[in-house]
Amino acid sequence: MMNLSRSVALISLFLLPLLSFSFSVDNPTDRRVLVLLDDLSLKSSHSIFFNTLKSRGFDLDFKLADDSKLALQRYGQYLYDGLIIFAPSTERLGGSLDSKSIADFVDSGRDLILSADTSASDLIRSIATECGVDFDEDSSAMVIDHTSFSVSDVDGDHTLIAADDLVKSDVILGKAKIEAPVLFRGVAHSLNPTNNLVFKVLSASPSAYSANPSSKLSSPPQLTGSAISLVSVLQARNNARVVISGSLQLFSDRLIRSGVQKAGSHNQYEKSGNEQFVTELSKWVFHERGHLKAGSLVHHRVGETDEPAIYRIKDDLEFSVEIYEWSGKSWEPYVANDVQVQFYMMSPYVLKTLSADKKGLFHTSFKVPDVYGVFQFKVEYEMLGYTTLSLSKQIPVRPYRHNEYERFIPTAYPYYGACFTTMAGFFVFSFVYLYHK
Amino acid sequence: MAALESPQPAATTTAMRHAFGNVLSVLILVLIGVLAFSIRLFSVIKYESVIHEFDPYFNYRVTQFLSKNGIYEFWNWFDDRTWYPLGRVIGGTVYPGLTLTAGTIWWVLNSLNIPLSVETVCVFTAPVFSAFASWATYLLTKEVKGSGAGLAAAVLLAMVPSYISRSVAGSYDNEAVAIFALIFTFYLYIKTLNTGSLFYATLNALAYFYMVCSWGGYTFIINLIPMHVLLCIVTGRYSPRLYIAYAPLVVLGTLLAALVPVVGFNAVLTSEHFASFLVFIIIHVVALVYYIKGILTPKMFKVAVTLVVSIGMVVCFIVVAILVALVASSPTGGWSGRSLSLLDPTYASKYIPIIASVSEHQPPTWPSYFMDINVLAFLVPAGIIACFSPLSDSSSFVVLYIVMSVYFSGVMVRLMLVLAPAACIMSGIALSQAFDVFTGSIKYQLGGSSNSTDNAEDTNNAPKDDASAGKTDKGEEIVKERSSKKGKKKEREPADKPSVKSKAKKKALVLPLETSIVALLLLIMLGAFYVIHCVWAAAEAYSAPSIVLTSQSRDGLHVFDDFRESYAWLSHNTDVDDKVASWWDYGYQTTAMANRTVIVDNNTWNNTHIATVGTAMSSPEKAAWEIFNSLDVKYVLVVFGGLIGYPSDDINKFLWMVRIGGGVFPHIKEADYLRDGQYRIDSEATPTMLNCLMYKLSYYRFVETDGKGYDRVRRTEIGKKHFKLTHFEEVFTSHHWMVRIYKLKPARNRIRGRAKKLKSKTTSSGWSSKSEKKNPWV
Repeated sequence: MMNLSRSVALISLFLLPLLSFSFSVDNPTDRRVLVLLDDLSLKSSHSIFFNTLKSRGFDLDFKLADDSKLALQRYGQYLYDGLIIFAPSTERLGGSLDSKSIADFVDSGRDLILSADTSASDLIRSIATECGVDFDEDSSAMVIDHTSFSVSDVDGDHTLIAADDLVKSDVILGKAKIEAPVLFRGVAHSLNPTNNLVFKVLSASPSAYSANPSSKLSSPPQLTGSAISLVSVLQARNNARVVISGSLQLFSDRLIRSGVQKAGSHNQYEKSGNEQFVTELSKWVFHERGHLKAGSLVHHRVGETDEPAIYRIKDDLEFSVEIYEWSGKSWEPYVANDVQVQFYMMSPYVLKTLSADKKGLFHTSFKVPDVYGVFQFKVEYEMLGYTTLSLSKQIPVRPYRHNEYERFIPTAYPYYGACFTTMAGFFVFSFVYLYHK
Repeated sequence: MAALESPQPAATTTAMRHAFGNVLSVLILVLIGVLAFSIRLFSVIKYESVIHEFDPYFNYRVTQFLSKNGIYEFWNWFDDRTWYPLGRVIGGTVYPGLTLTAGTIWWVLNSLNIPLSVETVCVFTAPVFSAFASWATYLLTKEVKGSGAGLAAAVLLAMVPSYISRSVAGSYDNEAVAIFALIFTFYLYIKTLNTGSLFYATLNALAYFYMVCSWGGYTFIINLIPMHVLLCIVTGRYSPRLYIAYAPLVVLGTLLAALVPVVGFNAVLTSEHFASFLVFIIIHVVALVYYIKGILTPKMFKVAVTLVVSIGMVVCFIVVAILVALVASSPTGGWSGRSLSLLDPTYASKYIPIIASVSEHQPPTWPSYFMDINVLAFLVPAGIIACFSPLSDSSSFVVLYIVMSVYFSGVMVRLMLVLAPAACIMSGIALSQAFDVFTGSIKYQLGGSSNSTDNAEDTNNAPKDDASAGKTDKGEEIVKERSSKKGKKKEREPADKPSVKSKAKKKALVLPLETSIVALLLLIMLGAFYVIHCVWAAAEAYSAPSIVLTSQSRDGLHVFDDFRESYAWLSHNTDVDDKVASWWDYGYQTTAMANRTVIVDNNTWNNTHIATVGTAMSSPEKAAWEIFNSLDVKYVLVVFGGLIGYPSDDINKFLWMVRIGGGVFPHIKEADYLRDGQYRIDSEATPTMLNCLMYKLSYYRFVETDGKGYDRVRRTEIGKKHFKLTHFEEVFTSHHWMVRIYKLKPARNRIRGRAKKLKSKTTSSGWSSKSEKKNPWV
């Protein structure tokens, strides 16, 4: 018995670093990823994509989407840090999984890659809707583009799109420019323009539209032009990241390997941009890039080091915050010149850009405004692709104490003079009046 | 004077009687003090030794701060836990008199090694000061009509219900000490007026300073005294004593008042104080006239008087013109809202809903007069008549006092409190005069001989005679020394004094024996009724602390301690810096009892901020969430009485929230919440009403209690029974549902797509069907 318990303790001791080597604040990159497939053949047909993940150290766990033993969490602990759903036709997930539990998975700060395809199931659509992405309601519709299709499209119905309208963000798609167009064949989706959490990564050209390629158009298509998004991402308020693609083939070996030539263009590429696109996007979605961390907000009066409990109006103060960026392996100092701090009470009274010292420390100094109240130092940093930094710290500002005002005001000297001469005059008058006789 | 003229043996007997009478008076006064203190202990005996209601909690919190941090910290206290995020400079916006008084008492007791808690001291401050107030009433009435009237007035004041309502043990509010200060200031004014002593004038200014420290009602003093001075001048009663009583008060009093941070420059800038300055100028003009009259021959005087009067008129005119210009340049005419609503009772209801919304700012009803001053209401007219026979400077003052306070009490219920001392003084005078007459006639009828009658009269009038006569003499001596003119004074003074009465007049007042006895019995019965009523009022009506409620039913006594339950919940289950939003009534209690930051509280200094909370309460859920979120609110607290029938809950106050909110944010319209001008929450209520946050937070899950949602306060079934909250979640509901606390849900992590369209299509998919399983209709 003793032995057993000791060995259990030992095992757990060995497991501990392993267990803690998962998603955490210190190490935001995902490690354990569950891949749900409709068909295990996808494992080989999309092997290039999966191999890039494996080579970057991810622990992929392939399961059939209707596997009855599927579980995302056990004893209240999530078993995975990331989820890839390549099962567009699955109507019902196995085990205890449903779109609610996948939404909860995202709400717990974990990441998701979801790929639909033509005739995507209601389940996939509802997961996408949870994330703010609406697929074309017509289940047989595909994206058709008669001007920017790929010339290698043998069917001739112009559904293999050569898309090159990528989001301009080094954080999401890496520093190296994706030269070749990205090949796409699948369904269109749209985003609600008022939803500021989702944005398009790969958009369709203005001439694209969404319709069933095998039937004649009876009515104008609902989704047209650049309103169509091909690949979108969501960064939730808790910084969970989701990629939603309208095409499963986008990740496939066939489109990754195939050469591409956009219709009407003379540039012919040996290889499509798909590999670079999906690799860089997976780096972003699994927090290998664009993940920021901030230390606590530090402030103190000029010339002091301790943080005061309260400021006085017109105090001079120094403010600093440390911000680091996750490079995939370690925390590097974040360098930017657009981080701002607000000194905020219902509206910002002071708004200052922080200056960085290239070591991750951002600092500034300013004067407390001539207004008392309960203020907040606020750093709200929302940059495209980066995780949102939203920090605030409450600090009251008091008015002058009774003995902090100037004792004598120079402009009031005439009044002081008047006061004292009156007093002296009264004294003399009383003296004269009383003792004159 | 009568005593002085008596032969030697008689003088010793009367001196003995005086001594005996004085000892008796002191004994009676001590007993009155004990009565005043002990009649206010019902709340402690019936409930417990707690602070009552709303404002006292703030005063208690301030006193705690004072006793912990000292007076300088208190003076400079910037409170960041109220009026978030504006904060409040407590030291500069609070009347510090009460706090300093209780803090001093606590400090003295502690340095005497009597370890009382601050709370105990606060609880018992009001009863102690009501004993002081009755003694001050004795002094004041004694100055007006002798010590008999003084004792009667003191005993009446010790148990007048109106005053008890504000000074029971635990009612730790400004009025508790302010009424004492008010009466004492008046006493010193009358004392100065009767003696012409500069010493009393200085004391008077100090007492006025204490009053200014204690209560905003000090403006009553600084308007009433100038009025009386003006009255004296107009009726030709100007005397140097009047000048001594008034001029130092204005100068010293204004200087001292300006020292109180909350008053500051208001002491010379606002219209409430202008009357005193105007009368100050007038009294100087009049004094100058009298002076010139004294040094000039009558002929020269006639020339001079036209000159001086015309110059005085010009000066007055210029000053008035400046004042009018100043007043006209400010939007409210330089008056504060509360004062304006005193002058024009309809002002507040028209322009300032926040003042009108307070129940104690409403005009009183007739029954409340009977409730609060009881038989005094019938005795007051007799007292007024007694004051007119003969009319002196001091009795004219009390007449003026009662007239003004009756008017003010008719405007605001709260000012009934100012009326109560005046009514007691008047009734005391009436009672003592009546007793004088009746006992005098009984003695006259029984004794028969004129000798005993003389003696009886002497006894009856002796203390008064002696005191006032002595004082008159002294006063006149001063007058003689200070001013050269005598003739006119000498003629008028004796006639003014109650001391000098012709015996013939007294004899005419003798009544038949039977009538006197019956009248005496009736008077005693009247007094007995008064005592019974007062004790009942003290025990039943005014001793409830309002944070603990009780109700008597067939199966015994029910105690509703929901307020403390929920404040304790807040203090134990929420973070120290969390902000709690509620209607402003509960602000003081939340900061004092739960120690949580509030958005608005009972110190209604910022109308916009209150209107913001009112708007949030009257908005639909999402808009309300946005307002509260922008104020960093974590919890919303509502008071709901529908389950147990507690009428002063938030739904009943809700129309005021709508009005106050709509006053600043015009998109909130009162008409949207009323169906045909009627305020209702049943199925006939307007959709705006049924969807506003206050309705939802009050009635959320209410239907689960009885299946129908029957509201016991509004006596109707509620209009919308089954609904869900999307942006708020219920975190706490007290035992009797009186307090409900909701937490703001955080912003959604994700924003959903076109949810509605898809929902119909995806009912088969996992989570939608799951959520629908809970729905009993599927």
